[in-house]
Amino acid sequence: MAITRGDVEKIAHLARLQVSESQIDKLTGDLSNILSLVDELQAVDTTGILPMSHPLDAQQRLRADIITEENHRDEFQRIAPATENGLYLVPKVIE
Amino acid sequence: MIHNKTISELSRGLAAGEYSSVELTTHFLKRIENLDSNYNSYITVTAEQALNEAQAADARRAAGNATPWTGVPFAHKDIFCTQGVRTTCGSRMLENFIPPYDSTVAANFKQHGAVCLGKTNMDEFAMGSSNETSYYGRVTNPWGTDLVPGGSSGGSAAAVAARLAPGATATDTGGSIRQPAALCGLTGIKPTYGRVSRLGMIAFASSLDQGGTLTRTAEDSAMMLNVMASYDPKDSTCIDRDVPDYTATLNQSLKGLKIGLPAEFFSEHLDPEMQTQVQNAIRELEKLGATLKEIRLPHSHLSVPAYYVIAPAECSANLSRFDGVRYGYRCDNPQDLQDLYLRSRSEGFGDEVKRRILIGTYALSAGYYDAYYRKAQQVRRLIKQDFDNAFGEVDIIAGPTSPSPAFAFGSKGNDPVKMYLEDIFTISTNLAGLPGMSVPAGMIGGLPIGMQLIGNYFDEARLLNAGHQFQQVTDWHTKAPSGIDA
Amino acid sequence: MQWETVIGLEVHVQLATKTKIFSGSSTAFGAEPNTQASAVDLAMPGMLPVLNEEALKMAIKFGLAIDAHINEKSVFERKNYFYPDLPKGYQTTQSELPIVGAGHIDIQLADGSSKRVRIHHAHLEEDAGKSLHEDFHGMSGIDLNRAGTPLIEIVSEPDMSNAEEAVAFARKLHTIVTSLGICDGEMSQGSMRFDVNVSVRPVGESKLGTRTETKNLNSFRFMERAIKLEVERQIDVLEDGGKINQETRLYDGDKDISRAMRSKEEANDYRYFPCPDLLPVLIDSSYIDAIRATLPELPDARKLRFVEQYGLSDYDAGILSADAGIAALFEATTAKSTDAKLSANWIMGEFSARLNSEEKTAKNSPINAEQLGQLILRIKDNSISSAGAKKVFDALWTEEGHDVDAIIDAKGLKQVSDTGALEKIVDEVLAGMTAQIEQYRATDEAKRKKLLGGFMGPLMKASKGQGNPKLFTEILVKKLDG
Repeated sequence: MAITRGDVEKIAHLARLQVSESQIDKLTGDLSNILSLVDELQAVDTTGILPMSHPLDAQQRLRADIITEENHRDEFQRIAPATENGLYLVPKVIE
Repeated sequence: MIHNKTISELSRGLAAGEYSSVELTTHFLKRIENLDSNYNSYITVTAEQALNEAQAADARRAAGNATPWTGVPFAHKDIFCTQGVRTTCGSRMLENFIPPYDSTVAANFKQHGAVCLGKTNMDEFAMGSSNETSYYGRVTNPWGTDLVPGGSSGGSAAAVAARLAPGATATDTGGSIRQPAALCGLTGIKPTYGRVSRLGMIAFASSLDQGGTLTRTAEDSAMMLNVMASYDPKDSTCIDRDVPDYTATLNQSLKGLKIGLPAEFFSEHLDPEMQTQVQNAIRELEKLGATLKEIRLPHSHLSVPAYYVIAPAECSANLSRFDGVRYGYRCDNPQDLQDLYLRSRSEGFGDEVKRRILIGTYALSAGYYDAYYRKAQQVRRLIKQDFDNAFGEVDIIAGPTSPSPAFAFGSKGNDPVKMYLEDIFTISTNLAGLPGMSVPAGMIGGLPIGMQLIGNYFDEARLLNAGHQFQQVTDWHTKAPSGIDA
Repeated sequence: MQWETVIGLEVHVQLATKTKIFSGSSTAFGAEPNTQASAVDLAMPGMLPVLNEEALKMAIKFGLAIDAHINEKSVFERKNYFYPDLPKGYQTTQSELPIVGAGHIDIQLADGSSKRVRIHHAHLEEDAGKSLHEDFHGMSGIDLNRAGTPLIEIVSEPDMSNAEEAVAFARKLHTIVTSLGICDGEMSQGSMRFDVNVSVRPVGESKLGTRTETKNLNSFRFMERAIKLEVERQIDVLEDGGKINQETRLYDGDKDISRAMRSKEEANDYRYFPCPDLLPVLIDSSYIDAIRATLPELPDARKLRFVEQYGLSDYDAGILSADAGIAALFEATTAKSTDAKLSANWIMGEFSARLNSEEKTAKNSPINAEQLGQLILRIKDNSISSAGAKKVFDALWTEEGHDVDAIIDAKGLKQVSDTGALEKIVDEVLAGMTAQIEQYRATDEAKRKKLLGGFMGPLMKASKGQGNPKLFTEILVKKLDG
């Protein structure tokens, strides 16, 4: 499947990555090459094969409903780019 | 010299009182200070903490509570979070990230009183096979100034090969332990998925990532895995299973060990010289009593394609948390929320990381999910089934680790696909979740090459046993790059 | 043209676990910002989720309560989008394989008939944090205490055809989850939030119209208003020859208006895929059976029992069984008062009126079942009149007193029911009322009853309000007619 400049722009937006006009052709080419490598998969008959998300046939472990975490706000916010009154600051959120 | 000693030798020397941990640590720190400008194998050297840890280790030994690791220096790949010590994952995104917590792996080493010398260089977010994608500069292979060390654990490999650490932690998502081990003449094991906790190990592709070792010998890897492997209730994918003493079985005989040789790994595409060297190495195992059998892994040619859907898909979501809000890089003066996201991520991530995020985003996006992601997960099962069938007939599988010895910087051009094929022999074990190991197995043109040994699930002990026995009758693992003072 | 409305609901119910769905942080409401956000909740690098068993059990309880199929294998997926209150850049949720499959909820309509609303499925997921829009120099503040709070999202089929039905459904759901003890039901704290999907179509048309989704309604009243507004809006648009856009809308309850969200945010492609950090959740029938054994009585079953056991009407039983707290209060009150009908009347009348006017619940009401039962017992054994009982009720409610009999004594509300004593008072009073007696006796028998009130006043006064009015009347009639 060929990937177009439009596809690249769309997925870049979904991934919140900026792609400059000068990069976009190179990137479209790179991604097309990767996809042609990947396209080998299309030739395989996988009818009836269960997709495998995990290497091991294990099941989810369950945790007891007990509070184990304490308040570490100060330590966590020491490494934050911008905080005030215990809140993380971001440019205004408009819904 | 002391830096040529293996971990097990250093452990014994410390126990015998031949030197203190402070002396050992000081020696390695000096070497790093003097020599690492040649390799760039460390991103962060933690001299002060290391000396404190060494002092504590010496005190602990004096108190009679030492374990085999107490006072032994080592290095962490800069993907393992270390409390109070900057952890960058090779990215500008985490240039100033000082985790307020330890990864379980880091905590395990601390518990044993091991001494962490610093954090080693790596491909950005572990995405690369040559260590050329690190924001902190490329790493030079101690075997040649123009050669890559392999990746993504290239810093760990270069540090151990250059005797700037006797061993280092590493991670392997598609070959990131085994390929640099091969290219730097080291021994490294990627355990079964779920054997080593992933908590605090910064995720690239969650269902493929696994922590492991880079050391000079199989014995050292066994010692290292004894500390790294643990059950971690905070990692849902970590398996609750006893950790054996991997050093206890190193000396078992290989008599009757059935070794499978996949026809697909020894095809006409394999470099003839590589073919010969690996075959010679396998013959050594045969001499030790193992029997050889040709096997088929008919879907192995699909490993790279399946991997380059699954790994980018998982990474595209795993790296969404790097948004400039709670930690990590944030662009200057964001104009609005979208600008904050776009610029923080675009300035914080390098090109290869962006490529993989984009491929993963594409593979998961509406209309492509079935053709790419679901298909790749189905093929993944076929690949695993090949291994299940093979392990019905043989105990371990042997073959080459990488298609060639270390290559020159920039030699893969700017086509990412060429680089991706570097992992053609290693990726299938990550997809299946199996343990894989690389041991030095020969030289081509003065450069080391690796033999890969693949085991069944949780059969690390058998791989380490085979590697150790091999190293009793060969000396490839003792070869040092030129310029390392004896 | 005649229009018909089609409504489906997606309901987010916060589960009443102590800790978050994937971390050991507290879920308590109202803490200082970000003091209940752990490294996992903040999506710090390398942090991993582990599922809270209690959240799983609560979701299964809900499934059993609505007769749903419980999936023995369920899978958590990642729903990818960027938002500052979503630390990982994806929400961990369920999609292809949710824990609870198809089920149903029966609702009672105003005309007394009942209607079945089908549930498509219910899944487990994590809540997001909150963006606080107060101005921080043009910035928003993010509080991630709520991030990771367990939710079940309940998705109904589009089976409701007006706002009243939707509200009845929402109330029934509230009753079920609070009865199960899986949600505190505190709407004002966001414990239950509703997204309503509304479309209209000409009556007789089988194809569904284009729907809109109004998100995040957190009261029954707002939900009702938002639906009515949206139905009107859609009909207006269509009757003007316009087209309905499939869009997400926000309703502002204070201004009673709704508006479309910015369309740019709509162009989302969530790229769901199984979360590789979590494994499939596998449960077997014995696990489900063990949970089934712990289920409390549910409103529908309780209603039937109230009719049978207490002889209540369908209507009364429906009201008293709907809320777990009220139902328990009713039963305990009746046990004390020995009169179910009288207890029912008091709880549905005076008691509920006071709860409503003061926005209290049965749980935090100042009067408990013991007191209310005692009060009703005193009405039943003629110790007090119903007027006196209201005074006692007031005293209990304002916590002027706590013991019913003590209040009756203190306020002198005890009725005199000794016929000898009452007869004496009647004789004394009648002695001074000859004119009235003559008038009474001259009146046509059928109309005499009206004149009794004229005697009752002085009688009550003479007895200091303590005479039993019923007995007074009996004695009075006997004397006057005699």
